[in-house]
Amino acid sequence: MNALFSLVAVVVLMLLALFGTYGAGLQYLFGVIIPYIAIVTFLVGFVLRVVRWARSPVPFRIPTTCGQQKSLPWIKHHELENPSNGFSAFLRMALEILFFRSLFRNTKADLKSGPKLVYGSNKWLWLGGLVFHWSLLVVFIRHFRFFTEPVPFGINLLEELDSFFQVGLPIIYITDILLLGALTYLVGRRLLDARLRYISLNADYFPLFLILGIGCTGAWMRYFAKVDIVGVKQLSLGLFNLHPVVPEGIGAFFYIHLFLVSVLIAYFPFSKLMHMGGIFLSPTRNLANNNRVKRHVNPWNPVVKIHTYEEYEDEFREVMKEAGMPLEKE
Amino acid sequence: MRFDDILKRREKAVKTRWLNLTLDTYPADSSGFLKNQKNQFLNPVGNTISREIGVLYRSFLTETDPETIANSLDSIIRIRSVQEFSPSQATGFILLLKRAVREELADEIRSADCFDELQRFELKVDEMALAGFDAYARCRERLFEVKLNELRRQTSISLARYNRTGQQSEQLNDS
Amino acid sequence: MSETPTPEELVKVDYKPPRKAWMDSKPEMRRGVINWSAVPKNVEYLDLPFPRKWQPTDDDWKLPENWKEIILEGMRDRLKRFRTFQIFMDICVRCGACADKCHFFIGSGDPKNMPVLRAELLRAVYRREFNLAGKLMGRMAGARELTVPVLKEWFYYFFQCTECRRCSVFCPYGIDTAEITMMARELMNLIGVSIDWIVTPAANCFRTGNHLGIQPHGFQDSVNFAIDDLEDITGIRVDAPVNRKGAEILFVVPSADYFADPHYYGFLGYMALFHEIGLDYTFSSFASEGGNFGLFHSNEMMKRLNSKIYMEAKRLGVRWILGGECGHMWRVLNQYMDTMNGPADFLEVPKSPLTGTVFENAKSTRMVHICEFTADLIKHDKLKLDKSRNDRWRVTFHDSCNPARAMGILEEPRYIINNVCNNFFEMPEGTTREQTFCCGAGAGLGTEENMEMRMRGGLPRANAVKYVHDKYDVNLLTCMCAIDKAVLPALMDYWVPGVQIGSVHELVGNALIMKGEKKRSNDLRGEPIPGKEAAEDV
Repeated sequence: MNALFSLVAVVVLMLLALFGTYGAGLQYLFGVIIPYIAIVTFLVGFVLRVVRWARSPVPFRIPTTCGQQKSLPWIKHHELENPSNGFSAFLRMALEILFFRSLFRNTKADLKSGPKLVYGSNKWLWLGGLVFHWSLLVVFIRHFRFFTEPVPFGINLLEELDSFFQVGLPIIYITDILLLGALTYLVGRRLLDARLRYISLNADYFPLFLILGIGCTGAWMRYFAKVDIVGVKQLSLGLFNLHPVVPEGIGAFFYIHLFLVSVLIAYFPFSKLMHMGGIFLSPTRNLANNNRVKRHVNPWNPVVKIHTYEEYEDEFREVMKEAGMPLEKE
Repeated sequence: MRFDDILKRREKAVKTRWLNLTLDTYPADSSGFLKNQKNQFLNPVGNTISREIGVLYRSFLTETDPETIANSLDSIIRIRSVQEFSPSQATGFILLLKRAVREELADEIRSADCFDELQRFELKVDEMALAGFDAYARCRERLFEVKLNELRRQTSISLARYNRTGQQSEQLNDS
Repeated sequence: MSETPTPEELVKVDYKPPRKAWMDSKPEMRRGVINWSAVPKNVEYLDLPFPRKWQPTDDDWKLPENWKEIILEGMRDRLKRFRTFQIFMDICVRCGACADKCHFFIGSGDPKNMPVLRAELLRAVYRREFNLAGKLMGRMAGARELTVPVLKEWFYYFFQCTECRRCSVFCPYGIDTAEITMMARELMNLIGVSIDWIVTPAANCFRTGNHLGIQPHGFQDSVNFAIDDLEDITGIRVDAPVNRKGAEILFVVPSADYFADPHYYGFLGYMALFHEIGLDYTFSSFASEGGNFGLFHSNEMMKRLNSKIYMEAKRLGVRWILGGECGHMWRVLNQYMDTMNGPADFLEVPKSPLTGTVFENAKSTRMVHICEFTADLIKHDKLKLDKSRNDRWRVTFHDSCNPARAMGILEEPRYIINNVCNNFFEMPEGTTREQTFCCGAGAGLGTEENMEMRMRGGLPRANAVKYVHDKYDVNLLTCMCAIDKAVLPALMDYWVPGVQIGSVHELVGNALIMKGEKKRSNDLRGEPIPGKEAAEDV
């Protein structure tokens, strides 16, 4: 139900772009105004969200420890799983962000009684997630050739690596295949696994279908429909340099693609996609487990009503005396 | 003997169906996990049920000593008697074997015309269900003993102290 | 065959539970599964709001008129005060990695025990009230209104989480359900919805210094009895001062150590050890509880109950503090105490008087775990140990949740155990260390009334114990957590009869050869050590 709704929403968006440009002739709206609005929304929304997070203090140092603490010198300490200082915590975060380390942990399990594939399913999530995120990043960076003239060396190099196998015409990018494959897997597992279906919301399907839509229209433009690349580059360069122009004759698929991208980035700050920023701020991961070495200060450390020894002795002085216990006041 | 042959030949299919019917008594969103996670330590419920259902099924094929059957029943029912099931639900999985057999073997039974044997088999299943109810009652009794023992443990040290001095420490009256 | 009734007709049973979206199904408040509500007297004693008589099984919880506003205001306030809460509400992608990591899910099969859904209970309300899309689109955006049934669901599931943090180990963003549960419980406290097994121990602890409500003379009695018991067993009369000023070390233990079985044998172990090494220490009858049920209540309550430890250290003029075997106690001491009630600048950096080891890892908090302390003694060969005195035990070790996942004290206890007994067997991988399974009764859930739930939650742990019991004849499950020691016996009683529970320091006390001791024919449980007498008669 949720999935269907999200799918329909994405299709409606695509039709909107199609009829908006080729039906109503609103190329300027879809090619310039909406992208600008989306970018501004993204920037403002992202910053506001991060500011809101950052404004909430971290009252307590509560890392989740996943290995041996640093204690006695002769006990082997697990620096990455139980960081003892800020630098180790940084490394832990880096592994988490770059390689999804916690998800990888899922794989451990070799006492089996059934087929191995089952353990695979846990590893698949890690692999699918990793492939998806990395491919998306490469695809994103590759797109800068549309925004720059001349195209920087780095981006050309990336493109060459990405088309390493030299298959197809135009040559197929590896990341295109990986991205679409991983996305299909991520959608598929949500639809097919009862448990995941149970926990999934619209907010989980919608971005997946949206990115899938973006990926498909992008791939379609590159490999099948011949869009006017020169026109596209003119438009994107114009956008980038704040001198927007709308050249004639760019294919409809481009506007659909661009519109979906605009929706995605405008939607980004209001959605779970913000995990991209949030992961850096997660207090159970980005802090060192050095509470006993260095005092962590809570900015709002509350004044609470406590029970003092004096009150305690006042209440129990007689029985303490009888039991021969030392007293402050006789 | 024809029915027994069918039961033996189709062991895997019937057993699997019985297992699935049993695991389907759990919420659908969890039964996938119970069926698929094969690590016995990460999924004790699914693995215990799957293992012991195998033992129970084989008891219909070969002579099995009653203690083995009782242990198997106990392993499954020990789990189900503390889960969110009524007594009939907790033990009812045994009767699901009848359904598994009928659904899986209907055609073969009809063509082999072995209804008498089928009835004898179903009688055995009923007996097993009764034994299952005994197991259920034992587990629930055990549960209350466990509570009682816990209470005893909580007071045993202070009782020992009481016995030693002949006077109860005051805090017991007080709290 | 059609005339024969189907099995379903014979027994009217719902074989297959109905399929519903999670927002549409409601839990049943049933005895055996839920915990009883807090007693008004103790709610009042702690100056907590809305004391009243009610039970979760009642239809009417007698909530205050404006309960909803109170909770929403409480949420707003906590979102501003806790980055964890704000972030964990926003960034979950529902990837499902945590789903099958919860012992309650594994043992019960209830899909709402998947950590992600436990958190969604709170998140759905957060979306409805603090998120534009949720406000506008309602359920379509995964939002739902806070109503009485939703509140009841909160109660059911947030008092069905033991704050063990196992799910947090697997979460790619480190989302910690313990933290979410703590927030939910704080919110429910605001309208007087809490459970007795948290509030009553907290009230006791506030007044008498310990959860059991043992008064000072009772504490003194307990120590005196322990001295007598130890003398019976070892022939040595140890000195165990209480409230003595000027001692070098203040020793703080969970109260169950001197009052419950099997904790008590570990308590005897500590006392034997301290006597043998001539430690200059004192107990405090006021700081007679290291555990802190405030952790299961609210951060303020935690601070209130914890404050006595530093206060007593200061009053007694000790140099540093040593802490006994306890799980959640060490979460508080490691992650909260210094922040809440520090700095402990009146103390010195802990230094073992016997080995000279400076505990750099406790440089600021100035409190050392007994297992760190003992491991250091053994490493420096300061103890004479006879492992064979523990030969009747075939031992395994349960990592308690908090020491494992909120501290990381994994090797110290293993090092000790390996030095004091001959037969040690690890439970299977994936069930120990940072992936350890909870006892199923932590965080205030270790009561008699929710025994069925405890048995479900403890099944994964018990199942791993059963494996080593069957395979290696393991008959002693050691651990260093007072809650574990209180609840694991029941768990074993049901799932793995024949396995007993023991402290790490019970084994130390057994193995410890004391100067001038009599022939040890009994162990600290007062039970004969098999073969010992015969061997020593030679």
